[in-house]
Amino acid sequence: MTLFRPRTGGILVLAAIIALVPLGLGNGYFYDVAVNAMFSAIVCIGLNLLIGYGGQISLGHAGFFALGAYGSAILTGRYEVPPLAALVLSAGAVALIAFVLGRPILRLKGHYLAMATLGIGIIIHIVLKTESGLTGGPDGLALGDFTLFGLSVSGERDWYWMAGGVLLLAVWLSLNLIDSPLGRALRAVHGSEAGAEAAGVDSSGTKVRVFVISAVFASVAGSLFAHKNGFITPDIGSFFHSAELVTMVVLGGMASTFGALVGAVILTLLPQVLASFEQYEAMILGAIMMGTMIFMPKGLLPSLAGLIRRWRGER
Amino acid sequence: MSLLRIENLSKEFGGVHAIEDLSFTVDPGTIHSIIGPNGAGKTTLFNLMTGVYAPSAGRVLFQGKPVTGRKPFELAAMGMSRTFQNLQIFFNMTVLENVMVGHHLHLDCRLIPSLLTLPGLRRRDREARDTCAALLEFVGLSRYLDADAAQMPYGALKRLEIARALAAGPRLLLLDEPAAGLNATESREIDDVIKRIAASGVTVVLVEHDMKMVMGISDHILALDYGRKLAEGTPAEVRANPEVIAAYLGVQA
Repeated sequence: MTLFRPRTGGILVLAAIIALVPLGLGNGYFYDVAVNAMFSAIVCIGLNLLIGYGGQISLGHAGFFALGAYGSAILTGRYEVPPLAALVLSAGAVALIAFVLGRPILRLKGHYLAMATLGIGIIIHIVLKTESGLTGGPDGLALGDFTLFGLSVSGERDWYWMAGGVLLLAVWLSLNLIDSPLGRALRAVHGSEAGAEAAGVDSSGTKVRVFVISAVFASVAGSLFAHKNGFITPDIGSFFHSAELVTMVVLGGMASTFGALVGAVILTLLPQVLASFEQYEAMILGAIMMGTMIFMPKGLLPSLAGLIRRWRGER
Repeated sequence: MSLLRIENLSKEFGGVHAIEDLSFTVDPGTIHSIIGPNGAGKTTLFNLMTGVYAPSAGRVLFQGKPVTGRKPFELAAMGMSRTFQNLQIFFNMTVLENVMVGHHLHLDCRLIPSLLTLPGLRRRDREARDTCAALLEFVGLSRYLDADAAQMPYGALKRLEIARALAAGPRLLLLDEPAAGLNATESREIDDVIKRIAASGVTVVLVEHDMKMVMGISDHILALDYGRKLAEGTPAEVRANPEVIAAYLGVQA
């Protein structure tokens, strides 16, 4: 029965959580935080395919997020393309860029790959900042509401359901991929590249494909973020945003779709919760992250799952 | 026609001849062993046959086609599978998944069907699961089916690599020191698996340090020393060859 396969169960639980959370959300501010958390989660689920499952690093994914955002802003603002079409076109362009850049770059390993992807992110950030004619430069760009089949998505509540729906879709696609032959090939490349090649896996082709998917996830989240915010600046493509995304994946748990989601939610919520500590906020956040890595090196979700399994085993 | 043909193969490393003007053929359906003392060039020869190294001269023909310069995954697609002396197991996956990666070439890896898990892909994946479970039974690892590969003992991992290589459906299976590091019982288990593989019609080329092991199972043996062919023939012929005895035991004064 497909209903009882683990992936269906996880998605149902997530759908229930998304449906129930609004009962506890008071005003618009909380909706806003929740929507931002879900956008980050969408990027992290894609990034986790690359980092957690494929064992490849990217320090430039905020660049793809920003390209999606700016693609939507420019296409809808300047060329009056409908928002949904602009989102799809931007994602297609980002896929092409990721494919062209990914082919030479993913031959690199470890620190060298980190440097190269860092370079991609920095270049995108600089281009967005300096090409003022197209991007508005450091002043940023404004854009209108997102419309879906003639209906306008506006206000925190609309965006909450929109982000929730896209997040569920992202989780479903990610779980499907991991369990497919391509997903196995990807995990095999992580486990042993020589072994994977001997088994008939084109390791660089597999890496490039996953790099493209993860870039598209980031681009779609970027487009939606731009419409929700109504205004974007080049800083959404900065290195700090890229590093934040990687931190979310690592904190939540590598090679776990739901872990990436949890990491994104926690790192979005923590600064809000810690805001009452005022000037100590950043220090406490840093300490929590260090503690997690020392005591739960596999990340939050896989470590907790391991604890529960052990606890059940002992009883 | 021979399945594998090595023609005047040479490999130099900065003036050192690791393999020098070596020629031999492997007939289909046989167990063909390559032996030699340490430093004889066995591993170099293995790496030349599997596309890891490019030869300095000469060529390797598989089913009449030159394979020099092909990438390992292309060789696998041509019907040539291998195992590793220093194991290359996917420790982040289950035992069955390890074998299913070996079946990769027969499965749909297009992006869109993978993301959507289209019904055709799911059906073929279920069939692959059965095929691979049967292979695990063939090498005697059924009881580890859903275990993590990281939990298996060393001897079982060696057989897991063989099952993974077989999952590609090869015509030629190249084994790099399959008995290295195994105790007598585990070594006998591997012997048995190799014999059954050959009986199923897959040609086996075996590079092995241990002479005792290859004598029992080989149809044909090639003995190497200092990158050259020392002797070639049936196990009995090679064992009786004075040069082989000298290379292994030292020349009697």
